[in-house]
Amino acid sequence: MNTQIVVLAVALMMHCISAVEFTFDLADNAVDCFYEEIKKNSSAYFEFQVSAGGQLDVDVTLKDPQGKVIYNLEKATFDSHQFVAETTGVYTACFGNQFSAFSHKIVYVDFQVGEEPALPGVDEHATVLTQMETSSQAIHKGLNDILDAQTHHRLREAQGRKRAEDLNQRVMVWSSVETAAVILIGLVQILVLRNFFTDRKPSQAHYGRL
Amino acid sequence: MRDQFISLALILCVLHSACGLYFHISETERKCFIEEVPDETTVIVNYKVELYDPRSNGFMPSSPGIGMHVEVRDSDDKIVLSRVYSSQGRISFTSHTPGEHVICMFSNSTAWFSGAQLRVHLDIQVGEHAIDYANVAQKEKLTELQLRIRQLLDQVEQITKEQNYQRYREERFRHTSESTNSRVLWWSLAQTVVLVCMGFWQMRHLKSFFEAKKLV
Repeated sequence: MNTQIVVLAVALMMHCISAVEFTFDLADNAVDCFYEEIKKNSSAYFEFQVSAGGQLDVDVTLKDPQGKVIYNLEKATFDSHQFVAETTGVYTACFGNQFSAFSHKIVYVDFQVGEEPALPGVDEHATVLTQMETSSQAIHKGLNDILDAQTHHRLREAQGRKRAEDLNQRVMVWSSVETAAVILIGLVQILVLRNFFTDRKPSQAHYGRL
Repeated sequence: MRDQFISLALILCVLHSACGLYFHISETERKCFIEEVPDETTVIVNYKVELYDPRSNGFMPSSPGIGMHVEVRDSDDKIVLSRVYSSQGRISFTSHTPGEHVICMFSNSTAWFSGAQLRVHLDIQVGEHAIDYANVAQKEKLTELQLRIRQLLDQVEQITKEQNYQRYREERFRHTSESTNSRVLWWSLAQTVVLVCMGFWQMRHLKSFFEAKKLV
């Protein structure tokens, strides 16, 4: 039994499964980097989406342990990238916002390394899967896809909603400013006209100039 | 059998914190992550902090002196959790309101300036990912198939929650759009009224002014 555990642990260590998804706030003019150690020949899936801020763009760079750029996008809103690690080591994912001096960005990142961990106890048996098990596996995969699609949809919706809230705010502010401007211009017009006619004695030459 | 399970769980735990995502922050910096979750969803955050060691030019695997302040705020900006943990920790909370939950971390360092660098390993699991199935299988004595079905059930439940949240957000979106729509309508009406009033007043005022000045 003990050896079994050791074997399992070693097997897990070889695979080093990790999947993390999070959203973070990328400040203006900043570069934020995240690191992940990936074992050789394990597949990794990287996805990002900018959900708010400025023109919804960000610079993305993926580097391998030797510092070689394996994936690079400038001013992108949404993309995903799948790759197989060629060497074991620390891979770097950097998000750059140097080009925007005012707006900070909200960026969603999904970084998955290796396959999804199997359920405990499920992995071990060597017999052929029954029909029930196969279909449950298929359903599980389907549900995972649904969850991914939902996340994607949720982010898109957040994009739209934030823009709409922005628009609402802008309409409000702009209309107030416009109203104030109309009233102000009206008053100033009257004052200026009054000035024309009161400052000097009205004469024909003066009218001619007006 | 039980001991073995525990040791297995421990090994898994260690492995989990050993590999995974990490990033660097300075001692006085504050790093925030946003998790948008439906209500009644469990979020588990695992983290481990390592302090930069200038002598070996690397990171010390364990730095007992460092404490991390973790703060969680819900969508109404109310504090759900705010506490100082040690250099390694596991935080779990359940959302009560749907929306964006902000998880902020900063060290309790007293350094005045940026201080040393910290390496933070982070792992955030949400919803059905946060369920520890090894534990479930052991506690409820489920067979393999039952465990599979259990996982499917949890996933379906999570999808339902997410859809409810979707509905809620769609409602908010629609409210905003309708508000914008009515604001544009009312503003254009108000603007017309203001313009007409202004013009009318200007003409009347100028007329009386010119008459008083005997210009017309």
